[in-house]
Amino acid sequence: MTAHLRQECPGKQFSPLSKSDKMQKAIESSGISKNFGTTKALTDISFSVDESEVFGFIGPDGGGKTTLFRIITTLLLPDAGSIKVLGLDCIHDYKELRKNIGYMPGRFSLYQDLSVEENLNFYATVFGTTVAENYDLISDIYSHIEPFKKRLAGKLSGGMKQKLALSCALIHKPRLLVLDEPTTGVDAVSRSEFWDMLAKLRKHNITILVSTPYMDEAMRCDRVALIQNGRILSVDTPQKIREAFSRKLYTVRSRQKYKLLCTLRDFPGTHSAFPFGDSVHVTFQNELIDISLQEFLKKQGLTDAVVQEAEAGIEDRFLELMENI
Amino acid sequence: MSENVITVKNLVKKFGSFIANDNLNFEVAAGEIFGFLGANGAGKTTTIRILSGLSKPTSGEVKVAGFDAYRQTEQIKKNIGYMSQKFSLYEDLTVKENIILYGGIYGMKKALIMTRISELLAKLKFQEYENRIIADLPLGLRQKLAFSVAVLHEPKIVFLDEPTGGVDPITRRQFWEMIYETSERGITVFVTTHYMDEAEYCDRVSIMSEGRIVALDTPENLKNQYNAASVEDVFIKIARPVNN
Repeated sequence: MTAHLRQECPGKQFSPLSKSDKMQKAIESSGISKNFGTTKALTDISFSVDESEVFGFIGPDGGGKTTLFRIITTLLLPDAGSIKVLGLDCIHDYKELRKNIGYMPGRFSLYQDLSVEENLNFYATVFGTTVAENYDLISDIYSHIEPFKKRLAGKLSGGMKQKLALSCALIHKPRLLVLDEPTTGVDAVSRSEFWDMLAKLRKHNITILVSTPYMDEAMRCDRVALIQNGRILSVDTPQKIREAFSRKLYTVRSRQKYKLLCTLRDFPGTHSAFPFGDSVHVTFQNELIDISLQEFLKKQGLTDAVVQEAEAGIEDRFLELMENI
Repeated sequence: MSENVITVKNLVKKFGSFIANDNLNFEVAAGEIFGFLGANGAGKTTTIRILSGLSKPTSGEVKVAGFDAYRQTEQIKKNIGYMSQKFSLYEDLTVKENIILYGGIYGMKKALIMTRISELLAKLKFQEYENRIIADLPLGLRQKLAFSVAVLHEPKIVFLDEPTGGVDPITRRQFWEMIYETSERGITVFVTTHYMDEAEYCDRVSIMSEGRIVALDTPENLKNQYNAASVEDVFIKIARPVNN
């Protein structure tokens, strides 16, 4: 493991953190790779993030999101490639960089036996600031848990822990906020609320890097990278990713959901058929659907089946990219 | 209507003064896919623990697979299967060893276990993984195997607690096809999920909020009743009390 641990790099000068340079990217990654033994965690990861952008890494567990975020937050060294964050080199300028990054890991990592207030004060002090100094930045989020500020962090509900962790990651007014799967295992209502909180942070010009396995959350980002098995499948705005879907997409609905899916798979003209909520998303070999499909469905007893044209979503495109690998 | 394999009448579960389950009433039919939804902390886990014989109700009547949740918890455990996102298989045992272990725990005969192993591996196209340890398998494969193991002994009911969390979109769909097949074999599937599109795949869905069931119906009826385009919209409308 020691090979992965970071070492001091004496004598290296870091470039200044200039905010005036409009062209500066918040993150510039070029050809980043990382292996753990024979496991290729990341392969040739290249992307850039603009300042003040909300940038999402969307993909399933084991895709490499956490490894990449650990490299970006200077906690892990890449095996190959170069990466600059806020104009600073992740490998050499890590001390300066850490002052400017707020990181919320996937697992709750605050001190469970300190109170809400003590945790927040601790993080402020570590970064040489005070809660009062940056209170305006966290007030929207922290006000929800402030009534419980004497409670131990370990005794908070899941939603409250999340708000405290976000407050602690923000208290030193970082220029880059890195959130690793903040909504995993969180119910649909709380997920939506969390994204509303992030949207409110926009006015403070913080660059936000966030990862999630929930495809629908891509729509809350300015741009997203789809990531799977350590490789980036696509980087673009959510809208352009949807538009890149290469075939005409149809939805088919019937009360007999499973039978419908099996029947659509059996239809000779079908290219792909995936269940999506209350419908099946289908593409066909030759873009057109003719009456033979309706007849086919009827013959199988699916007399209530309704076929409609539809717009592809992020998940449709993700499935298409996965199939092309 | 087919027979009910779960019957819950006036179920109350208290922890001290905290009411985790507040007068629940519902039934689940044999072979039904029953979606058990709710916000974090709504009380779902408490109910699942009672239904699987791990915890006893404070009051009310609960029958699972024909057995009483107060006095017959061991019989309940023999007639159900369980898997969750967090724990399912032993990571340092091989695929085959895990199946043999679980088969043994369920009291299956060795010969039957061996037959099931080859059937199961063939069905999942898993033959090459037979002697690999679980820790080396990708999450998606692991979850599919865990589900197969949970129904190895052909239980009456299988409880799935967020089985698809973090799984890739193709595997997630393959997993649901396994659920459909299981239900067609007559096994009842009782499932929780945070993916609201998956709620649409269920025969019926219940939504829990603060220890109570606030809605229970088919996805279609729920959408009509709440004038919503999807179960997700229904969920957002009612899963959490206002001003909380």
